[in-house]
Amino acid sequence: MRELSLNILDVAQNSVSAGATRIEIDVLENTGTHILTVRIADDGRGMDEQTVRRLPDPFFTTRTTRKVGMGIPLFKMAAEMTGGTFLIESEPGRGTTVTATFRTDSVDCTPLGDVESSICALATMNEQIDIVYTRAADERKFVFSSAEIKAMLDGVPLNEPSVMTWLSEYLKENAAALGDLQPGE
Amino acid sequence: MKSVEELLAIKNKVKGQMNVRSENGEDNIRVLVGMATCGIAAGARPVLNALVEEVAKRNLSNVYIAQTGCIGVCQYEPIVEIVEPGKEKVTYCKMTPEKAIRVVTDHIVNGKPVAEYTIGAVAK
Repeated sequence: MRELSLNILDVAQNSVSAGATRIEIDVLENTGTHILTVRIADDGRGMDEQTVRRLPDPFFTTRTTRKVGMGIPLFKMAAEMTGGTFLIESEPGRGTTVTATFRTDSVDCTPLGDVESSICALATMNEQIDIVYTRAADERKFVFSSAEIKAMLDGVPLNEPSVMTWLSEYLKENAAALGDLQPGE
Repeated sequence: MKSVEELLAIKNKVKGQMNVRSENGEDNIRVLVGMATCGIAAGARPVLNALVEEVAKRNLSNVYIAQTGCIGVCQYEPIVEIVEPGKEKVTYCKMTPEKAIRVVTDHIVNGKPVAEYTIGAVAK
């Protein structure tokens, strides 16, 4: 993956498949400690301990179309090669939380990229799921909730192209207003 | 800065058009973008964005864009499928934002599938 934002989109798709009704995505940057924290939490069906243990194995997958599952192994590798951490917590029936930290001062840190584009795709392609996105740069913070937008739209679908275009710009502008984020962005 | 008022204006405009169309209408065209790990890694997100922008720009009210999973031919991602009622599904592969725009103009607007981007032409 060329951007961490693509890993975020990919890992969140697992929450979609798990039947989540709500997905929380946090992207928190601390410029003092050079730590970037990415958290994806859902209220989907969750997994038992044994399944969670097998996730980092690329040759484990629940899909039937092929025998490999690269999503989680790629995300884990992206975090750990910066000297960061990776954790999956899950409980059957309760949901799953994936937390990865990245050392942004590592030369091996993949650029964060366009997270807002991922959030927009996720929210508009999955009308039935409430997406709560928190983006923070040190003490500055922007919180987006797709449920609020849906309430305002009053039945007009989120995947209506003119709505998607509005949303994409709305997210980008609000994230940009947080100021300089990760260097090189 | 994008305002909530703008969103409400879009809502009212779309609501006005909604009477003349429905999700299961007979002339609806469905555009499916593969968004599994393989599709995302290959560049499905910019393709999706390009499709959305072009459809919005042209105000094509009978086009529905949705995501789909992995269809099992990861080497040909990003994949876009066009499903029109009464016609055979067309599968485009190795898509880019530029190709996506041409698919909207040639195929969706003018009804002429872009043969050279289809899986049949690319997978020879």
